[in-house]
Order: sequence, then structure tokens, then C-alpha cells
Amino acid sequence: MKTIAVIPAYNEEETVGAVVGQLDELGLAAVVIDDGSSDRTAERAAAAGATVLRHPTNIGVGGALRTGFAYAARTGHERVICVDADLQHEPSSIGELLDAADTTGAELVIGSRFAGGTYQVSGSRRLLMKALGRWISRRVGSELDDVTSGFRVITEPLLSRFAADYPAEFLGDTVEAILQAHASGARIAQTGVIMAPRPAGEATSRFHAAGHLLRLFLVLVVTPRRGRA
Amino acid sequence: MSAAAQLLLFVVALGTLGVVITLVRRGSLKERFAVLWLALGAGLVVVALVRPLLDAISDKLEIEGTSTVFLAALLVLLGLVLHLSVIVSRLEGQVRDITEAHALIEHELRGDKG
Repeated sequence: MKTIAVIPAYNEEETVGAVVGQLDELGLAAVVIDDGSSDRTAERAAAAGATVLRHPTNIGVGGALRTGFAYAARTGHERVICVDADLQHEPSSIGELLDAADTTGAELVIGSRFAGGTYQVSGSRRLLMKALGRWISRRVGSELDDVTSGFRVITEPLLSRFAADYPAEFLGDTVEAILQAHASGARIAQTGVIMAPRPAGEATSRFHAAGHLLRLFLVLVVTPRRGRA
Repeated sequence: MSAAAQLLLFVVALGTLGVVITLVRRGSLKERFAVLWLALGAGLVVVALVRPLLDAISDKLEIEGTSTVFLAALLVLLGLVLHLSVIVSRLEGQVRDITEAHALIEHELRGDKG
């Protein structure tokens, strides 16, 4: 199956080149979506051999992903693997993700840090992620224990649907997308992956985190369930 | 505050909640904005229901006999700002669409790999 790696990147000039290089070693082509970076992300990605799509302004991970999905679908790819530009996603897990997509036939395969992995997060955050995971699992009827993981494989026909409509906001691009996939009838599966600990930075304040969670809660309440849409 | 004013406040609060929920369900208002609006609506409901709380606040601030003009102005502004939230929601979606389309078109125009 024709597969391409989709890498959303915002000010990741330090690492994006290395990520593209790792994928190249695996024989995977990459499209980097530079989401309005002010540094040399686009240049570094292009130098490493990736196709680069540039957003003129920063619109968020969900927007960058949708651009990548649209590009992949237009260029005849049937499957994408989403990889972070910050080296958090271990390339050795990519094979397992793609295998899981093949064996389960699921259109959305989520790489879980917790399924058999050794990933550590702090107490309160872990608790929240667990609760969120349980809730989403109940909604979609399959066991998902890392719903905020962005390390995923998306296969047609879900890919084309995501290219047309994909949630934009923080937590939308991960959690909300799962609900959207489920509502459209896609099969969802997960497999264990290795992730490096989150690098410094991107420490959203508690106030912001609470706001995002409230928003997500509202989304969960108003998103139509499968069959009732 | 008179009982009638209290009732009016209560109705306005419920109305705000109702309108905001309808807008979110229709997709006209982004959930991000809706969170703030729902918080405001819920706060108003509490104030409208718990009379002593409102009286205590008015007492502390030494506010009494607020004019009807202020009330009318506030209601109009409330509606106006909610309307703007809906417009901003739509604009955000449009900016996103155009940004994404721009990236793809620019890549095609450059006609190269990078």
C-alpha cells in the first residue's frame, strides 16, 4: 500500500531534519507541514529530503494534519503515518504500527505509550489521560488507553474523509478525531509504541489545560454518536 | 432588587444558555467560545437564584437602583458580543480553509520537491 509520513511542524528546526532522515532510512517518504514557523523548519525539512508544505500563518496541529492528509490523498497515497517533528515518536515503532494496520484492517491505528510501554507521566496528568481514555473507549467500543497520542496510521477511506474534515483545536486533533472516525463508521485499533519523554517546553499552564478540557467535554457532549448523526 | 427583576435576570440567564447550546449544536459557535458563554450563563443563573448573594455583592459595591437604561444596554451588548463570537467562529474556519489550500497551491506552483 502506498504510504507516506505526515509530519506537522511548528518551530522544530532542531529536530525536523533528523525525523525526516529516520523515516528515509525506513524507506518512507515524508511530507512536512510547516505550520507558520518563524525559524528554519521548512528549509531543514527540505534539505533532509522531505516534501514541504508551508502554512502562511499558524493554525494548529489539526490544520497542519489536514493539509498533509489532503496532499497524501491527492498524490495517490492510501495510507499515512503521522509522526511528530520533535523526535518523540520512536521510528522503531513505525513498523509495528503499519503491521497493526495490516493485520487488524482498522482504518485508524493509534500508537499507545501505555500498552506494554514504559512511558512515565506525572500523577495528575496520568489520571486525566486514563479517565479520558476510558470514556472514549466506552464511546467507540474498543479498548484505547492513549487517546491523546498523535502517533497514528490512517488508511483509506478514512484518510479522504479526514482530508475533507478534521478537528483543528488542541486535543481536537487527537481525541475529537477518534470520535469523528468512529461516527463515520471506521474501525479503530491500537498497538503499543515507544515514545521518548516529552522534551522541555510546551508546558501548557493548568489554566489553559482546564480550558481545553472543558472545551473537549463540550465537544464530547455535542458530537453525535454513531447511528444518530 | 425586586422579584420581577430577579425573574428577568433568571430568564435572561436561561435564554443565554439555551441560545449558546443551540449555536454549538448547529456548529455555528466554536466550543472554545461556548465554554466562556456557558460559564457566564451558569454564573447568571446562580446569581438570579441566590438572592442573598446578589444583595451581598450589591451591598459591598454600594450599588443600588441601577437604571433600566443600563439593563437594556447590557442586554443589547450581550447579544451583540454573542453574535460576534459566532462570526469569529466562522472566520476562524475560513482562515483555516484558506491557509491549508494556500499551502497546497503554493507547493504546486513551486513545482519542485522542496
